[in-house]
Order: sequence, then C-alpha cells, then structure tokens
Amino acid sequence: MATPKLAYQLPPLSSATVENTASLFRIIALSLISATAIASRLFAVITYESVIHEFDPWFNYRATKLLASKGFYEFWNWFDPTAWYPLGRVVGGTIYPGLMATSGVIYNVLRAVNLPVDIRNICVLLAPGFSALTAWATYMFTCEMKDKSAGLLAASFIAIAPGYISRSVAGSYDNEAIAIFLLMFTFYLWIKAMKEGSAFFGTLAGLFYFYMVAAWGGYAFITNMIPLHVFVLILMGRFNYKMYVGYCSWYAIGTLASMQVPFVGFQPVKTSEHMAALGIFGLLQLVAFAELVRSHVASRQFQVLLRSAVGLLAVIGVALGALMTAKGWIAPWTGRFYSLWDVEYAKKYIPIIASVSEHQPTAWPSFFMDLHVLMFLFPVGVFLLFKEMRDEHVFVIIYAVVGSYFAGVMVRLMLTLTPVVCVAAAIALSTLLDVYVDPVEPVEQGEATAGSSDNSTTGTTGSVGKKAGKKAADASTDSTPSATQTTPAAKKAGIFGLDTRILTVANVILLLSFFVYHCTWVTSNAYSSPSVILSSKNRDGSLHIIDDFREAYYWLRQNTAPDSVICSWWDYGYQIAGMADRPTLVDNNTWNNTHIATVGKIMGSPEEKAYPILRKHDVEYVLVIFGGLLAYSGDDLNKFLWMIRIAQGIWPDEIQEKNYFTPRGEYKLDHDATPAMRESVMYKASYYRFAEMFQGHAVQDRARGQTLPSVGPTLDYLDEAFTSENWIVRIYQVKKDDILGRDHKSANAFMDGKKRKRLRPTSHRKPLPKKSNE
Amino acid sequence: MAPSKSQKQTAGQDSATTASGAIQGLWKSYNDDTPTKLKTIDAFLVFIMLSGIIQFVYCVAITNFPFNAFLAGFASTVGQFVLTASLRSQVNPLNAGVFKNISRERAFADFAMGSIVLHFFVYNFLG
Repeated sequence: MATPKLAYQLPPLSSATVENTASLFRIIALSLISATAIASRLFAVITYESVIHEFDPWFNYRATKLLASKGFYEFWNWFDPTAWYPLGRVVGGTIYPGLMATSGVIYNVLRAVNLPVDIRNICVLLAPGFSALTAWATYMFTCEMKDKSAGLLAASFIAIAPGYISRSVAGSYDNEAIAIFLLMFTFYLWIKAMKEGSAFFGTLAGLFYFYMVAAWGGYAFITNMIPLHVFVLILMGRFNYKMYVGYCSWYAIGTLASMQVPFVGFQPVKTSEHMAALGIFGLLQLVAFAELVRSHVASRQFQVLLRSAVGLLAVIGVALGALMTAKGWIAPWTGRFYSLWDVEYAKKYIPIIASVSEHQPTAWPSFFMDLHVLMFLFPVGVFLLFKEMRDEHVFVIIYAVVGSYFAGVMVRLMLTLTPVVCVAAAIALSTLLDVYVDPVEPVEQGEATAGSSDNSTTGTTGSVGKKAGKKAADASTDSTPSATQTTPAAKKAGIFGLDTRILTVANVILLLSFFVYHCTWVTSNAYSSPSVILSSKNRDGSLHIIDDFREAYYWLRQNTAPDSVICSWWDYGYQIAGMADRPTLVDNNTWNNTHIATVGKIMGSPEEKAYPILRKHDVEYVLVIFGGLLAYSGDDLNKFLWMIRIAQGIWPDEIQEKNYFTPRGEYKLDHDATPAMRESVMYKASYYRFAEMFQGHAVQDRARGQTLPSVGPTLDYLDEAFTSENWIVRIYQVKKDDILGRDHKSANAFMDGKKRKRLRPTSHRKPLPKKSNE
Repeated sequence: MAPSKSQKQTAGQDSATTASGAIQGLWKSYNDDTPTKLKTIDAFLVFIMLSGIIQFVYCVAITNFPFNAFLAGFASTVGQFVLTASLRSQVNPLNAGVFKNISRERAFADFAMGSIVLHFFVYNFLG
C-alpha cells in the first residue's frame, strides 16, 4: 500500500521516540501550566501585599490560627464567646473544617521538616497552590473524555480562566479555594469508577467526596450530579454492572463518611437534597437484581412480570419518599434551594440571602468577562460530545446543562460552571486542531470526485465550510479516527494543502492569545483587589493605597477595652473579629436572622429608639462604613435598604421600608430625604460633620451623586470616636447613662445652654463653617 | 443475593398463577448455573441482609435512640452488602466481558480496601 500523501513532511522518527518525547512534553506543559496558574494569582500579593482578602476568609484565617496554635482538638471543640454577642457560637459544629484542616496539616508538615512558614502565608498561598492541582485534575478528567491533548488544553484553560481566578487569587482564603479541586477530582474518580467498574476508584471517590463535604457546602452539587448521571444512563437503557459497582461503592462509603462532619450530621438521611442519591441507590439495587434474575431466566413472561415488579417498587419508593416528606420525617427543601428555582423567592421570603451580592442573578456580560472565548467554544464542545455520546460524555452534557442554569441564577455559581466550560471548550478546540494539524491529505479518486470537488469549492469559501465538510465526511465513513488516519483509502474528504492548515491554526493561536491577554487583564484589574485595602490611581498613573479599614481596626485594637462590643452591619463582623479582635453583635455567618434584624433595627431607628437596644446589648462602639467622600459604593448607606428589609421582616410595625423612600419612590439622601431616613442612626452616623469638610461649598455625596443639606445631622446618644483618613470607617462610642439621670437629648441641650435642640452638638467641635447660601 | 430475593418474590407474587412455575425454574437454573464460589458469596449476602433487616426492625419497632449507632450499624450492613455484591458481579464469569480490566485478584483487593475504609468510618460513627 502506498503511503498517504502528506501536506507537510514529518521528521523521520520512530513511534517510540515520538511517544517518549510527547510524554516528556506533556509533563513539561503541565508543570508550566501549574506555574502559570500559581503565578497569575499572585497579582494581589504583588500589587498590595500578602494579606487575607474580603470577609469570610478573615474568619477562616482566625480559625486556622487557632488550629495552628492550639491543636486540632481545641479547634474542634471551639466555642467562640465573642461572636454573636451575647449568644456566642459553637464554631466546631457550625463550620466546614476542611479548609482549616488542610492548612493545619500543611503548616505542621512544613514545621516537621524545619521550614517555619508563617501560618498567614500558608493561608494566603493555599488557593493558588490548589489551583495548580485543579489544573491537573481537569487534565485527568478531560483525558477520560477525549485524549491527552484535549486534557492539556483544558488544564491551561482552567489555570487562567477568570471565572475560577475570581475565587482563588492569593489571599482569597475561602472554602472554594480547595473545593473546586475536590469537585473536579471527585468527578474524575467517579468517571474512572464508572468506566472501569472498579470499587477501588469508587472508594477513592467516596473519600474525596468526604473531603469535599468537609470543605464546602457546595458538595450537594456532587450529591445530585452523580445520581442524575446514573439516572439518565438507566433511562437511556445503558445500565451495566460497572455503573453499579462504581455508584454503590461511592454512595455507601461517601454517605457514611459525610455524616462524620458535625455540620452535616444526619442530613444525608433526613433532608430532601440528599434523597435523590438514596433513591438512585435503591433503584440500582432493584435494576441490578432484575438483571441478575434475567440472566437466569429466559421466559419472556417472567421478564415482563419482573420489569413491572421493579417499576412498581420504584413507584412505591417515590410515593414513600413523598409521604415521609409530607409527614415531616424528611426535612423539605431549604430556602436556599428554592431560591435556585425561583429567582424571586429569596427576595420575597429570605431577604438575608437575597442581600448578598453574590447571590444575585448573573448579568450576561459577566459570562464574557469570566470565560471570554471559551463561552463560544463551549456549545461546540457539547455538540461534539453529543455526536459521540459515550457514557462519560453524558456526564459532561448533564453538567453543562445544569451548570449553565445555575450560573445564570446566581453569580457565585459561575464558579461551578467554569470547569465544564473549560473541558467542553478544550474538546472542541482539540478536535479542530486534530483535523487541521493532521498531515494526511485526502486521496483524489474516481468515486471521490464529488467529495473532492465539493472540498475544492468550499476551500475557497473559508475554513468553517471545510470543517463542516470534514465532519460530514467523518460521520459518513463512520470509523475510528485511527482507522481514518492509517488507511488512506478511507479518507475520501479532508484538508488539502498547507495554506488552509496554516490559516486555521494561526486563527486558533490568535484566538488563544487574545484569551490569555484578556485573562491577564481581568485578573490584574478586576479580581485581585483584596477589598480590605482599596486603591486608586494617581494622576501620574502610580498606585495610591487606601488603607482605611486596617487603620480603623487597628485603632479599635489599640484604643478600646478587649471586651468592648462593636455593633456593625454583619458584613464586617469577621473582619472586626479577625483584625481588631473585639466581640461583635453579628457576623458573616448569618445564622441568626433575628440578631441581624436587631442590628438592622438599630441602624434604621432614630437615636432615642436605638439607644436602649444598644445599651441592652452592651454595645460600646458603633461602626459604620461610609463611602461618600471617596465614592466608595460598597458602603453601608447603599446596603441600608437591606438592613431595613431584614428588620422589617421581624418588626413590621416599627420599621417600614416605604418610610425611607420619598413619596415618589426614590432613595434620596439629600433635601428630599424622608424624616425616617434623616433621623436614622445610619444616616446620622454617616453624615455627622460631613458638611464641615466642604467649607461652605455644596456638600456632595460622591458615592451616590447627591447634594446634601449644608447643615449636617447632630448626635445626642453617640460620640464620634474615630474617623479614618478617607472617612471610610467611622466609629462612634455609645454614651453611658447620664450621671444625673437625664436623657442624653435634654442633657446635651442643657450643656449647650439652649432650650431648644441645637443643630451642632458639643462645644469642643470646630465652629460651624459659613452656611452656603443655597 | 438471588436466593433470598427469590423468596421475597415468592411471597410477593403468590397470586400470580404462572409465577410459581417460573420461580421454580429460576431456582433450578440458579442452582445449576452458579459456581460454588458465587454461592458462598450469596450466602454471605443473605446473612448481611438478615442482619440489616433485624437492625431496621429494631430501629422502627423499639427505638432509634443512639441514632448515630443505628446508622453506623445499618450503613455497615448496607455498605458491606453492596461491596460484596460488587465483588460478586466482578468475579461472575458471565460478566467477564464487562470487567475486562478487573482481574479476580484485583476485584478482591478492591473489595478488601472498600470494606476497610467503610468500617473505619463505621467504627468512628458508632460513638
């Protein structure tokens, strides 16, 4: 047989050499990908410093510090009296300890080999480190789907995709940091267990599932994805014993293991979220038993009987589940779950969930922002999987559908979509490259004239047409790829010449370069801000660091008694506990709606109503975040509506949302602000003495672009204690009871020597600047 | 697995007229076609199943008080049952075509490892 005509000459190497070199290149490529994954997440450290980011990571960091200094048992039994003052919090039983345990283990291992690394640096660098592992897990996963080249592409995509980087930059020490690795690796192990029918991989999947349960609440995604996969395969008539072995070993071990985590407890046998997995487990037993009996009996009648018996049992099982849910033996779906189906649900019933910005529905540009070119390749990849449709491909297809839906519902679930997009895009791109890099040219033969002429015409119209032509040809020949490559006779259609090849490959390279450029830009500009430290650009382009948060928290640490209780909105609870080390009323754990509503009520009520509540809770300092001077839009006044809504949920008589809107339904803070708004503690604490900054000019709130009255509010029950450099953090001291037993309002009036309430408070303040004449 | 379930079938389908003959046929074919090793495994499966049923009846009829202990015991029987059933399907000569990569020794090693991990968690959960 003649050798096939080649578009370009291949170097004369033996196949063993090619294989060895390829595997060497793969190892090098994977190491480089890991290095890139780590390096691209270090922008945050380089631009700012090695600091823990945002809100939740501060708690994780604090818990990890305790774990590192006092040991695991102390951490496990930790009761934290300073959180949720005066209730306290049983930390050991209300967290997912996986993240802290991981850092603790790394810390102790490094200690054991005499590398005294600071626990903070371990926490900061944990997420980048695990992102390298994620790249590797994605590589393994994609290898199971297509081949190693697709795996490498997928690994490089996940390494730099902004959708994943947004949750895993250095310093973002949150559960997601390790959870995405665990997610991908558990999925990989599941695919492996299902493909090979190996209890070994099923057991490993169960163990990593356990790790995932210990690490992130999102484990429910795995709990439902794997049963869904099995269920779809059964419906497709693809049941086999491999699936049985894989699923049962995963479920039996994984479920029992997941119950060891105190925060999960008996949930896997008691809540609806976990019932699908249990149901599929039961169904598999039935189906497997039916298959077994079928192998022993040939009678057609009996088989019909058997099938109907299995069907009947399945129906009874579902009915039993429904009955138990109705009776209350199985806890019904939780609110967080409903909010996935009904986007408006949380807003109506659980404002505390809706108030979190990462629970909002995703805006479409963020799909492009987070995934860029992968977003267009994603459907192509899913289509290609549909064409082949092996058992494991069904998994990716289901994952793609479910993941896309969830990512559309909630911004934060973009994170779970990203891996599957990377996998599908890698499959699409590597299929394209397979076709265009393959040097074998199609043979022109008599019977292939139609095909080749078709090719020559499409050849001029462009690469897309050619691609379609090639696909059709592949489908028509319907043979394995290796067969098409080795036997030239089978290759009736394909790519001629070098020009189209170079054109297409160059296009792909260009596309990928744009992707890399985009990812780098997004990572450095949008996702690397610690949000504890802010920055702005000076006129000469240099960076100006705004460090108000740490300044204020440090002030608290240095100037207040260690047991003085700080009242702030719950967003700042973890930061205050972590950086200032002071008790807080509420924090980001949000387990007690009433307690949060109390703080909402304090902020939304007039001073004289808030004062008794503050005193009852032993609050000594009130802390508010104010961005009016610096145009920092994430401040408390912009969150104020949520405080009111949450408070209204508990005290509908005292706090009403509509009182804070102008009659025309606007959220106004200027001259038109309603009395309820102007009297509220939040308004007063934010704008107290703000007008003085402007020396008689128009008082401008830059965060909201509103012009405020030139005479600011006065405070009777609070004393300004500290205001940070850029006014972002303002701390007020709650006055003690008046020594003469008067209320503070009249006491202040007396001090000022006035019968009526003055506009300015005490005498030590600077004199009021000249009134502006508007 | 098969014998116990077939008894169940007998109990469940007394009313079916053709059923008794079919079940007798099934029992006969099982006795004739199944290797002794698989029958040993099946006996073990029946034992585990009875043990699980007793625990479940105890839980429902008397008390579920140390619920974690019940769950641990029950999960141990269920887990051991499915692991053994997996082993059975892996070594079943009928399935030789399905499990190409799994030798008998490998199947047993997998089974042993799964059981050890399972009982580690069971022991931890007993309380």
